[in-house]
Amino acid sequence: MALGADSPPCGEFRTTYRQDTRIFPSAMSANFAILGVILAVICPLVLPPYYLNLMIQIGYFGVAALGLNLLVGFSGQISLGHAAFFGFGAFTSAYLSTTTPIPVILCIPLAGVITTAVGMIVGIPAGRIKGLYLAIATLAAQFILEDFFSRAEWFTGGSSGSFAEPFTLFGMTLNTDQGYFYVVLAFLLVMYLLASNLVRSRDGRAFVAVRDHYLSAEIMGINLTKYRILAFGISAFYAGVGGALYAHYLGFVSTEGFDILQSIQFLGMIIIGGLGSIMGTLMGVTFLVLLPEVMELLASGVSGLLPGITEGISYLKEMAIGLAIVGFLIFEPEGLAHRWKLIKAYWKLYPFSY
Amino acid sequence: MNLDFLVQLLVNGAIVGTLYGVVAMCFVLIYKSTKVVNFAQGEFLLVGAWVCWALLVQFQLPFWLGFLITLAFMFVFGVLLQVVLLRPMIGEPILSVIMLTIGLSIVLRSLLAWIFGEWTKRFPEVFAAESVNILGLQVQTAYLMSLVFALLVMVGFYYFFQYSRMGLAMRATAFDQQVAASMGVSIKHVFALAWAISAMVSAMAGVVIGMVNGVSSALSFFGIKVFPAVILGGLDSIVGAVVGGLIVGLLENLAQFVDTTWLNWGNLYEIVPFYVLVIILMIKPYGLFGTKDIERI
Repeated sequence: MALGADSPPCGEFRTTYRQDTRIFPSAMSANFAILGVILAVICPLVLPPYYLNLMIQIGYFGVAALGLNLLVGFSGQISLGHAAFFGFGAFTSAYLSTTTPIPVILCIPLAGVITTAVGMIVGIPAGRIKGLYLAIATLAAQFILEDFFSRAEWFTGGSSGSFAEPFTLFGMTLNTDQGYFYVVLAFLLVMYLLASNLVRSRDGRAFVAVRDHYLSAEIMGINLTKYRILAFGISAFYAGVGGALYAHYLGFVSTEGFDILQSIQFLGMIIIGGLGSIMGTLMGVTFLVLLPEVMELLASGVSGLLPGITEGISYLKEMAIGLAIVGFLIFEPEGLAHRWKLIKAYWKLYPFSY
Repeated sequence: MNLDFLVQLLVNGAIVGTLYGVVAMCFVLIYKSTKVVNFAQGEFLLVGAWVCWALLVQFQLPFWLGFLITLAFMFVFGVLLQVVLLRPMIGEPILSVIMLTIGLSIVLRSLLAWIFGEWTKRFPEVFAAESVNILGLQVQTAYLMSLVFALLVMVGFYYFFQYSRMGLAMRATAFDQQVAASMGVSIKHVFALAWAISAMVSAMAGVVIGMVNGVSSALSFFGIKVFPAVILGGLDSIVGAVVGGLIVGLLENLAQFVDTTWLNWGNLYEIVPFYVLVIILMIKPYGLFGTKDIERI
């Protein structure tokens, strides 16, 4: 018996190209996204500052990690220097907000734009080399930029660090966790939408083509050098905006915290979340931001049994990050996004998983 | 301009450079035979040095015995790493393999820092004389020993790969895995052995450097310094690794000289190798001795 016209088909069937490139594949997913945003808006009213602080961290790291996923997951180029761009954005925004009359709300995107320029310069070798060689070139860029941070005292304040003005909007100063949460949320939403729109545009498909088979992509008329450098620029823009949000949240930027370990954490976030998945990126960021907190809870839980564990907590946190990366690579190489897809598919077809 | 200072720095550079060369050789050995870029090479030095230190200081073993046990330990460690962690990654994209070794390096470094602490610890004195006089230059005995060690390792590598059966099997595998496998070479054994040799030799280098400078997490930075050396020499060339290591060592000390004599910028020597790395990648990405990959459609 054929299904009636009024009974909806079970599962998801896309019959036109337009349907395939929509942001929200179904009305349900759109409703859930709106619900998520509404829930996030309510959060500051009910949650204590500790959780807000974590959510703000997820926000600014999330913005930066989205950029890295566009570079690594979508255009297939490895960058080991993302934390340096994040730091560059932080310093630029701090510098602009303290030395020029530009309001902070404009400093943040401006810092992103300036970081884009730096990212494109670092990306120039990408026109010539790829894969492993590119990874090593970005590793060098990480060290060179870190060295620059510690030398350029006029810009970064050297070892003493530099201050960043608090975020103000219409005469209100949003320097509490509650106020700043909305700032980060707004930036994250805009950047998230930009990223998910980018990947369904011509340029986004070009990135994927370059990643999957660069020779075929070139034969199809995609300018490899342009798209490779563009990917670096976009990823640096995201990192710069993320870094600027970080700077104005803390109000103070020091040269520490933008080291190779942070770059590795960014890569860990997108691997755990799922390479080439915009939503997965945020899952991965959430995972790696919460992991140290969970470790701390666990350590204080078992400190009665193992008395020495609280002294080693900082090492344990680092080890947990390393182990999470290794574990995901071996057992779930496609990340949390893949797991989420499986869960969704299971419920969509429940109870007949045909 | 101080000529004595320059000569002293160049001698130091040559000695440190040969050690970079040894570590770079271990890196190239893994890359050439298993196509894995080992970001945890520096941590191999660290593991070896700490194990040897623990045996010598905490268990009070004589040097030769402690050293041999360290080597045996590193052999097992290398084989286990390859079998447990790297074998599942065969055929995975390059990013996954790189991230796996990076994750491994984080775990090892923080584990060792937790067990042994952050502070530099010294090895017991092995040599009676602190320094010897060669052609008017005061050279520390430990430095001299590290030079001798590095040369011995290089000669050992040469003979192993030129004449021994296993060495030839490893070269055959690096050349073409399928052909080697069909000629009866066990690829599994070759891969495991490559990691084991690399871990053992790195550990020796770690012990030697630990004797000169003391053991601390700073040893793992050798693993990062390896990259300029191998890119300069060509990623898949053992000779290139040695030459690259030597050049990087000399260059660092030359930068130190220029810095202290004229520029006074401070810490120039730490960053110069990376600028060189970028320049080489721009003009000659396959290094001095590396094979250029040619892709056919």
